[in-house]
Amino acid sequence: MSSAGLLAAAASDGDLFVAQNVFFAVIAVVMIISAIRCVTTRNVVHAALWLVLVLAGTAAQFILLGSEFVAVTQVLVYIGAIIVLFLFGIMLTRASMGDDESVAGEKRLMAGLVAVLLAVVMGVALIDSYSDTRLVIEEPQRFSAVSDAIFSQYIVAFEAVSVLLLAALIGAIVVARKE
Amino acid sequence: MILNQFLLLAAVLFCVGVYGVLARRNGIMVLMSVELILNSVNINLVAFGAFRDHVAGEVFALFVIAVAAAEVGIGLAIVLMIYRNRRSIDLTEADLLKG
Amino acid sequence: MFAAALVAADETVAYGPSSTDSAGFFLDYAWLVPLLPALSFLVILLFGKRMRGGGAGLGIAAVSGSFVLSIGALITWFDHRDEAHEGVAAVHRSVGWLTSGGVTFDAGILLDGLSVMMLLVVTAVSLLVHIYSTDYVAGDSRYTHFFAFLSLFTATMLFFVLSDNTLQMIVGWELVGVCSFVLIGHWWEEKPNSDAALKAFLTNRVGDVGLLVGVSILFFAAGNTFDTLTLSERVNAGEVSHTALLAASLCLLAAVMSKSGQFILHTWLPDAMAGPTPVSALIHAATMVVAGIYMVARLYPVFWEGMSIAGSSINMLALVGAVTLLFGGLLAFTQNDIKKVLAYSTVSQLGYMVMALGVGAWTAAMFHLFTHAFFKACLFLGSGSVSHAVHSFDMKADMGGLRKAMPHTYRTFLVASLALMGLPPLAGFWSKDEILAGTGGWGFFGGTQANGAYTLMLVMGMLGSAVTAAYMTRVIYLTFFGEYRGHGQPHESGPRIIVPLYLLATVALLGGLVNMPKGFQLWPKAWQERFGHYFEPEAAYFPYIAHARPSWSLGIAATVVALAGAGAAWRYYFKAVASRSAASAQSLTEIDDGPVSRGGLPRAAHTTLVNKYYLDHLYNGVIVKAVKGPIAKAAYWINQRVIDAVVNTAGRRSVTAGRAVYDHVDQTLIDRIIVDGSGRASDATGENLRTIQTGKVQQYAAILFAAATILAGVFMLILSL
Repeated sequence: MSSAGLLAAAASDGDLFVAQNVFFAVIAVVMIISAIRCVTTRNVVHAALWLVLVLAGTAAQFILLGSEFVAVTQVLVYIGAIIVLFLFGIMLTRASMGDDESVAGEKRLMAGLVAVLLAVVMGVALIDSYSDTRLVIEEPQRFSAVSDAIFSQYIVAFEAVSVLLLAALIGAIVVARKE
Repeated sequence: MILNQFLLLAAVLFCVGVYGVLARRNGIMVLMSVELILNSVNINLVAFGAFRDHVAGEVFALFVIAVAAAEVGIGLAIVLMIYRNRRSIDLTEADLLKG
Repeated sequence: MFAAALVAADETVAYGPSSTDSAGFFLDYAWLVPLLPALSFLVILLFGKRMRGGGAGLGIAAVSGSFVLSIGALITWFDHRDEAHEGVAAVHRSVGWLTSGGVTFDAGILLDGLSVMMLLVVTAVSLLVHIYSTDYVAGDSRYTHFFAFLSLFTATMLFFVLSDNTLQMIVGWELVGVCSFVLIGHWWEEKPNSDAALKAFLTNRVGDVGLLVGVSILFFAAGNTFDTLTLSERVNAGEVSHTALLAASLCLLAAVMSKSGQFILHTWLPDAMAGPTPVSALIHAATMVVAGIYMVARLYPVFWEGMSIAGSSINMLALVGAVTLLFGGLLAFTQNDIKKVLAYSTVSQLGYMVMALGVGAWTAAMFHLFTHAFFKACLFLGSGSVSHAVHSFDMKADMGGLRKAMPHTYRTFLVASLALMGLPPLAGFWSKDEILAGTGGWGFFGGTQANGAYTLMLVMGMLGSAVTAAYMTRVIYLTFFGEYRGHGQPHESGPRIIVPLYLLATVALLGGLVNMPKGFQLWPKAWQERFGHYFEPEAAYFPYIAHARPSWSLGIAATVVALAGAGAAWRYYFKAVASRSAASAQSLTEIDDGPVSRGGLPRAAHTTLVNKYYLDHLYNGVIVKAVKGPIAKAAYWINQRVIDAVVNTAGRRSVTAGRAVYDHVDQTLIDRIIVDGSGRASDATGENLRTIQTGKVQQYAAILFAAATILAGVFMLILSL
């Protein structure tokens, strides 16, 4: 499941969407490298910046998939808000502005093993199930279709999420406030 | 394009995120890794949505983004609380669950 | 509150069109019964502190409303039953909740004789307990909180009883468990109380796994349905494989064992007495602990087929019940805490019910559930009244001679005790006798002819009744006779405690009349077996059960056995102990229980009983410690000594051999990667096993992820094969 494999998968497509495939491959490689750097770098602030790259790459993939609205939301919410939240978190727990103490070897081994195991199982499952399923995107999803769905079919879930956000807001204040 | 390229990308990101959650000692880093995991799930949702030509994938991706925002808020509040009580956000030191 | 009201309005709309043929207001709208206390829970929780009387009044009003609705449902059901000539259909109302993967999950209510009877029991006992509590917990710092959760418990129990599908039953089952947890730990500031709450919760979790697995098995075995009626009908029609039913019924039995305090998982129930006494009366005697019994009764076809109850002489269900009723009863002897005696007595009586279900005496089990709920609630509330007066639960140290100071409590307690002992003509006699007849083990004077020949169960039941009579005699002596040993001057409790006691005692006295045996010459024919007639389903969803013939000789024998037990205890306590303590002016705390002083076997038995068969030691000392300590250590040791040694030796050998035979590169490869690597890996495993309880969340998470991944891999392999 290396990036080379992905590249190969993208290149083997060989139809009209060459430009999209190239675009995908470049972004995918950037995302994977950034993700790996993000979880291995010692500097927490750098990790947050690597995370920005991954999130931006994800937004680009969303555009590729024709989901512009999600892409825009991704940029606004993730890069605009969540990353800022992380930076504030790093600032407030100033101990770790600089180097994060190195990851313990045994723990790294364990985590690596689990991750590789997971990757193998998922990779086998995916290749087994969707090895040559084509993805044809005729036209981007329209904003109105998304909003229609949210406010009709998924209205209950939407309301639930809004209550959840409110609860999280209150909860965060209660948890973090000084006695 | 084939569907699998997105799914495999998401799988790789997911595994990287899992590695981060399991290996990092810094609480904030763990939260960031969780974000990676959620992102990979979103890629999956949107890819399948596009594949089935159904809006549900996008809608749920949006919900995941909202839930992720809530999760980061709470998570950071908890990390702050741990920091305030212990002067450290090293998760290996938080072992009150010890049996 | 408004949200809840909105939901209520929605439900009305949803129910309106679906009720095709109305079964009368009280049955169609039976969902109001749990809704009222649920609303009162919300209101008390939010506004209770600002209400006059701390929300107690609202709780009582809501439960009274439920009680009235239940009475209405009962009367409507009687009409419904009398109109139906051949069999009677259950009243079933449901709405689709969600659809997923082609399976519709319903939410609804199911009313038949069983649920109507349970509605009545739950609301009646709950109402009396509410009234009693206004006096008992008066002045408590969490008075409002107490009433809120009492309401919630009532609501969830009613919800459980009314559920029409197994999924909803799980929800109700877990909710009553949570309420029980909260109420046991009501005075959580003291460590034993919060420990008891945790113990109750965790022990119940053990059984809950059984419930989940059992329900899943049933779901798939019966063709993707959660609906109780459909499920039961399919099982009855023989469409479900016997193996699946056996597996499902065994899993469900585990759930029954934990929730209904059956032997070996009963240990939480006596500890649960740490909660306030009204809670013990309501939850841990009359209602929640019978949830397991109710579940078996509701899914009876599953057990009937799965356990092959008909025509047999032993099965797991009956055996568990029989063992519980005897061994639970024996444990009651050594307890000095009056509530713990009653708790073990509850364990024992629940054993009777499980045994009755196991031998096919469904009606007898439900009848015993009905009578037991009232007389045991009366006993618990009576013990609460006593302890309220003497500020202690210890019978030996702080009670005695209370019959003069507390005449009302004494009278009601005595009546309920006689009912529990099974002496005619009190309620307990009739229900217990019906269970004994239902075993079909009685062969004299024509026998009783039931579903099988469960002779062992009959013997256990008889012994159990002697034991019950004996320990209740002990309780009555220690509490109400002899000299007062406590401090201060005990006073009779107020009317809010006394009135519920009298009401419950009345039912304990007369409750047996609702199910007089068929052919009983002293009772009008039209009034015989009313309970069975109205409450036992006669429909496609219920198995055909043979009814035992009542037997005069068995009734007399059972009474004689109970009297013998009571007589032996009476002779020991009222004569021997009384004269000894009078003669030596010795405090009762120093007087032994029974013939323990003679040493040998009796003393060993006594020690075993005091230590509750060492079950707690087994759970905490052996199982928990073993997982935490020795087993993990042993695994580490094996890794270190055995595997490492083998690997190292093999490694060294292969290195030596390799030096001689292979060239340098090969050697390095084998040595470095295979030998050292495997050694290090086994080391790491040992390390992980040893430190499996480090409290490091990330390690737990790693184990979780790894296990989930491996499981997923295994499923993939299975599916691809």
